[in-house]
Amino acid sequence: MAEIVSNGTRIKNLRSRLNYYLPTIVIAIAVVVVWEVAVQVFNIREFILPRPTAILAEFLSQLQMAVTPGQQSILFEAARATLWSAFGGFIIGCGAGILVALATARWTIISEAMMPFAIAANSVPIIAFAPIMNNWFGITNPASKMAIVAIIVFFPAMINTVRGLTLIDPRQLELMNSYAASPFKILRALRIPNALPFIFSALRVASSLSVIGAVVSEFFGGPRATLGVYITQEASGFNFTRAWAAILVASIIGILFYNIILLLERRLMPWYAAQRQSN
Amino acid sequence: MSQSVISAQGINKIYNPDTTEQVVALQNIDLDIRAGEFVSLIGPSGCGKSTLLRLIADLLTPSSGTLTVNGKDPHQARVDQDYGMVFQSATLLEWRTVQKNVELPLEIMKYSPSERRARAQDVLKLVELEKFGNHYPWQLSGGMQQRVAIARALAFQPSLLLMDEPFGALDEFTRERMNLELLRIWQETHTTIIFVTHSIPEGVFLSNRVVVMSPRPGRITSVIDIDLPYPRTFETREDPRYFAKVTEVRELLRDAHAL
Repeated sequence: MAEIVSNGTRIKNLRSRLNYYLPTIVIAIAVVVVWEVAVQVFNIREFILPRPTAILAEFLSQLQMAVTPGQQSILFEAARATLWSAFGGFIIGCGAGILVALATARWTIISEAMMPFAIAANSVPIIAFAPIMNNWFGITNPASKMAIVAIIVFFPAMINTVRGLTLIDPRQLELMNSYAASPFKILRALRIPNALPFIFSALRVASSLSVIGAVVSEFFGGPRATLGVYITQEASGFNFTRAWAAILVASIIGILFYNIILLLERRLMPWYAAQRQSN
Repeated sequence: MSQSVISAQGINKIYNPDTTEQVVALQNIDLDIRAGEFVSLIGPSGCGKSTLLRLIADLLTPSSGTLTVNGKDPHQARVDQDYGMVFQSATLLEWRTVQKNVELPLEIMKYSPSERRARAQDVLKLVELEKFGNHYPWQLSGGMQQRVAIARALAFQPSLLLMDEPFGALDEFTRERMNLELLRIWQETHTTIIFVTHSIPEGVFLSNRVVVMSPRPGRITSVIDIDLPYPRTFETREDPRYFAKVTEVRELLRDAHAL
């Protein structure tokens, strides 16, 4: 009986979720159809805007090459290299940001003194340092791209973690003090769990920023098999369908990355997702 | 039996002393509370009743005067975990289940995991929420959340319970039911309870003694013995002696305000 009920609610849930996403799906399909028809009707040249079906065909043929043994797809090799730069930079930058926040949260004065600098640094176009990083680490070294990504994601990760660790409900702090809890226990039982939603909102932003940072820093030069270099070279060689297919791949990486973080968030903070859904 | 749990002599509390925003929150407070008593602090907002409770809890320190809790300095009493506190809002940690919330003080006091589970189950039974251990706070009503907060305060069996308008945010029906439940728990656990409220009927219904306070500066204007027999029930609220006490406290509060 209970199982039937839960099955029933599951179907209901699925249906309500489908209803929720339906407008989005409809709009997405409509945009692609309008795009396809417009290119054909107005006879738009390929170097201005290729047909979506052409981009998809290019993508699929590259995919086929990638999965066929003995063949290579530069596009997918490039995707792997860029993903590696984005992911490496993400881990280093977010890890460092969270650690610095944790280390300084103990001494509120230090983290408060650092915050204005962090917020100022966060509004600096860090991508402008890409040529400098190429100079430091070597243009073909993935470390030069990782460094840019790491710096870009460091500040949001740090700022949000500091906020999460310090924006505590004073009543909850009073409660912990009434138990004469040690500062370490307050950190572990109150500050860190309180910071988790802040940290995850930073990680979500950082996941998108890291792919953008990796691709754009590759625009400033890098190995042939990276998405940024691939896009610039194919575009300057008038292979626009190929460039667009690479943009498609970069988008897929970004969306995938974002959703992995979202999944992790639901896993690690079951109380949070359910609470927000019920509101 | 008549051992002093709280002994306060000449307590003053001044916020922002020696500035233009100086506020005398409490002036010359003398108060003695014996073991096992149920004492309510009652008065309009700004009379310093919450401040007095926080001084006892060592969440604030008095500007002058002497205050002992269980015969000790309040700081020592806090470090020794002599009291449990219940706030106006349940103040549950939203990332913990009900069970884990109740276990929080036990965790801080380094009880073993099996002991924590057993004790949390016991106190949850006491507040009749034993079936909700795996729920998260947001899944409970306000009254249930407040019962979890009470269970949490009782989990380590403190001899003293400090309650700061614990039912202030609840509707009248829930509040009256919670009052009965609190009295039952008080009689089962023999805890000393200091209860801050701005509701006259609530203070009279629950307490052995009602401490009437008045604002600006906060001070104790009178202490009334409520000699109604326990156990008190729904019928107590219709007892003429209860009405007489409510009226007495109300008039004292009005007089205090007119001063």
